[in-house]
Amino acid sequence: MIFKRTSGLTGFAIASALVAVAVAAPVVSLGLTAAKGSGDLWPHLLAYVLPQAVADTLLLLAGSGALVIVIGALTAWLVTAYDFPGRGLLQWALLLPLAMPTYIIAYAYLDLLHPIGPVQSALRAMLGITSPRGLILPDIRSMGGCILLFGFVLFPYVYLTTRAMFLMQMASLVEVARTLGATRFSIFYSVALPLARPAIAVGASLAMMDALNDIGAAEFLGVRTMTVSIYSTWVNRSNLPGAAQIALIMLALVIALILIERAARRRQSYAGQAQRARRLTPERLRGWRAAGAFAACAVPVLIGFILPAAYLLVEAIARLRFAGLSPAIIAQAGNSMLISAIATLVSLGLGLALAFTARSMRGASSAFILRIASLGYAIPGTVLALGLLGPMALIDDLAFNIGQFFGRNTGLFMSASGAALIYAYVARFLTISTGNIENGLQRLSPSLDHAARTLGETAGGVARRIHLPLISPALAAAALLVFVDCMKELPATLLLRPLNFETLATHLYGEAARGTYEDGALAALAIVFFGLLPIILLGRYGQKSAALAATGAIGAETELSSASAKAAAHG
Amino acid sequence: MDSDMIRSRCTGFLVIENLCHFYGGLTAVDHVSLDVAPGEILCLLGSSGSGKTTLLRLAAGVEQPTSGRILLDGREVAGPHGFVPPEERGVGLVFQDYALFPHMSVLDNVMFGLRHMPRDKARELAMRGLARVGLSHYADKFPQLLSGGEQQRVALARALAPRPRVLLMDEPFSNLDQRLREQVREETVALLRDEGMSAIVVTHDPEEAMQMADRIALMRKGAIVQSGAAEDLYFRPQSLFAARFFCDFNEIAAVIENGSVATPLGVFEAPGQPDGPCIVCIRPQALQFDPPGGGATPATITARRFLGRVDRIKLRVNGIEDEIHARLRDARAFRPGQIVGLSVDTKDVVIFPQAAHAGID
Repeated sequence: MIFKRTSGLTGFAIASALVAVAVAAPVVSLGLTAAKGSGDLWPHLLAYVLPQAVADTLLLLAGSGALVIVIGALTAWLVTAYDFPGRGLLQWALLLPLAMPTYIIAYAYLDLLHPIGPVQSALRAMLGITSPRGLILPDIRSMGGCILLFGFVLFPYVYLTTRAMFLMQMASLVEVARTLGATRFSIFYSVALPLARPAIAVGASLAMMDALNDIGAAEFLGVRTMTVSIYSTWVNRSNLPGAAQIALIMLALVIALILIERAARRRQSYAGQAQRARRLTPERLRGWRAAGAFAACAVPVLIGFILPAAYLLVEAIARLRFAGLSPAIIAQAGNSMLISAIATLVSLGLGLALAFTARSMRGASSAFILRIASLGYAIPGTVLALGLLGPMALIDDLAFNIGQFFGRNTGLFMSASGAALIYAYVARFLTISTGNIENGLQRLSPSLDHAARTLGETAGGVARRIHLPLISPALAAAALLVFVDCMKELPATLLLRPLNFETLATHLYGEAARGTYEDGALAALAIVFFGLLPIILLGRYGQKSAALAATGAIGAETELSSASAKAAAHG
Repeated sequence: MDSDMIRSRCTGFLVIENLCHFYGGLTAVDHVSLDVAPGEILCLLGSSGSGKTTLLRLAAGVEQPTSGRILLDGREVAGPHGFVPPEERGVGLVFQDYALFPHMSVLDNVMFGLRHMPRDKARELAMRGLARVGLSHYADKFPQLLSGGEQQRVALARALAPRPRVLLMDEPFSNLDQRLREQVREETVALLRDEGMSAIVVTHDPEEAMQMADRIALMRKGAIVQSGAAEDLYFRPQSLFAARFFCDFNEIAAVIENGSVATPLGVFEAPGQPDGPCIVCIRPQALQFDPPGGGATPATITARRFLGRVDRIKLRVNGIEDEIHARLRDARAFRPGQIVGLSVDTKDVVIFPQAAHAGID
């Protein structure tokens, strides 16, 4: 019995360690590539590329971070502290912008706000101006425009974490503050906001990681962020070490964000003391106050989701009427789904192995392995793709040599098969599945394990016959979240896909980059549709599970929880 | 002390008239009328779901009643003529989980209700409040570093600092362990008495209610079953429910005939009660042990358990289906199997008509 148990655990542990190595490999490889760069690249990068890229990236992060905090915290407070017509619907609808990847919202608004697009044309018609030059509006293709769009599409991260915080522990604090003479308004400043600061920081850092990861939107809108610089340095200038050097700087930025987030979480530990979560009784608003609250919550939904989604729908229908469903787009949808499905399966399998290891052996080493394995979510897709080149070439060489030995030509085994893409997806989204499975496992009492083990079941048997059936809802949720994230992924897909392999996301990017708008709206609509699935699920299971998911995400202490917060935010 | 003098030193009085509150289809508070005199400590006693916490929340103003009136110092704060929100009501609230602001120091917590006055003055008052609960040296600490009992005292100091008209406490001691609870409870009562503070304390523990309250209001299903001094409720319960809440009776089903009841343990008077089935309730400590024979009822001891100050003894009596239990001091001489003669002290017997039985949960 004892021997069996040990060997079972060792198996899990080895698998987990391998996963950790696989996730950490790109980062190590990135460092090696960057070191290969000769010194003569630096003057150019330092003089022409880096200063502007770093400055633009920081400005974009600061701007969109500030906007995300204002919109997210305000809407979260409005829907928890006040009751007004439409509140129930808005509570859920405020999550909708999460279905809209940044590159899609940029694509949509670029066309919507074009000088001869619907918005400006309508404005001119209203004002009686005939020439497109007669009415000069600020151009959406600017830093300001980019910040604005990011703010309206990424604020739900803050909204979700902050609202969970408000729901979790505000009720008695707010009531006490009121009996001590504070009005609702002053409570927001003196109690709610300071208490929610850690939750806001967590949400904002998640949003900023998303902003940092973005490649499409910034490029379409003409903002030269570091991601865009990496892409152009590598693809246009074929300067791999240079790109790797920028990527390393970006990695430093990511680590700074992670540190901020972890510090915020640690400070949040005092939030864990609320024993019973009683809901705050919202104050009923009437008249213009109700209308104001409704508008304040409806506008972000309108800008962040309804307007661009409606635009995509209209364009897609027009396209379908005009050209029908092209075989190309069907093939691309198939590619997207196939590759996402494979990556999802792999993520689930590895996630299970990691989570079970963490459950059965609680020790410093397993915690460390989990932490390494969960790093992938934070690494921007472009950086990850760059880092994967090294390990990929290594495996390709190995496969080639083995093939030679057997007298067969394997070609570029990793690069050409899409295996590299799956590697990247799994490395990036593994944390979502691990986090969800871990959360599911944490709700199972350890006495279940002990009961099964004393009844003669092995560790593996307990996992198979007791845990697996009990966590199947968590597994399903994890599968959906990973799948949808793979469908939406653009930067790594763009760089790692096999030649002539197009997914919905890369197709959309290609059309937007070329300035052609053919099947783009269709592809975008399909991606948004998939992105909606987790949010609809969330709406169906209602407030309670949403709060629960977010609570679980905030309660935990390792980076793992960041991913489940991300997962909760996604779902 | 004459009543005018008490009134001048004590804080406000609270009157609740015919108050009702519904949650969805559920009646949480059902036509409750109640008043708290200046300086009085009233305990709302009841099991969970009896509506006692809702009643407290209605008094605090964090919940708005469906119908009825609440008056504070004669002024209507909830009712047909409007609703005064909690921030303008002048009530203090202490929660079971204390609800201390975790992002503020102990001193800032206590100063929270004093923001309308100059900072120096507020600081001085808050420090004085902390000194009263013996926590001046923790002023700059954060609440989560304090023990449960200390947090409770901070919550009390914070609620009392603005001199509320009435203090409302929701199970304020239930998060403390047994030993600490007694001590903190005594300190709290002493402080309230000293300040002349009117207070409503919600609790589910009858002993706690008896220790603290001038008056107890026993609640069930949103309504007040009986209210009065602890002794009234204990010795003169008006229903089987009230009786059971305070004492673990021996209950014997019997029949009233011509104002008296015959049971295997003797004949008891039930003056003024109509004939019919009834339940005779006998306190465990009412049973006295004598040698068998004489007028006493013979009973067989089935078990004895030593509990420290008293022993609990179980007995079987011919003609009574269930075992009966007694509480006795210095009972070490008794052994299971022994036969004793039981007699009953009639002042510890209460009799209720059987119909009351139907209303028991």
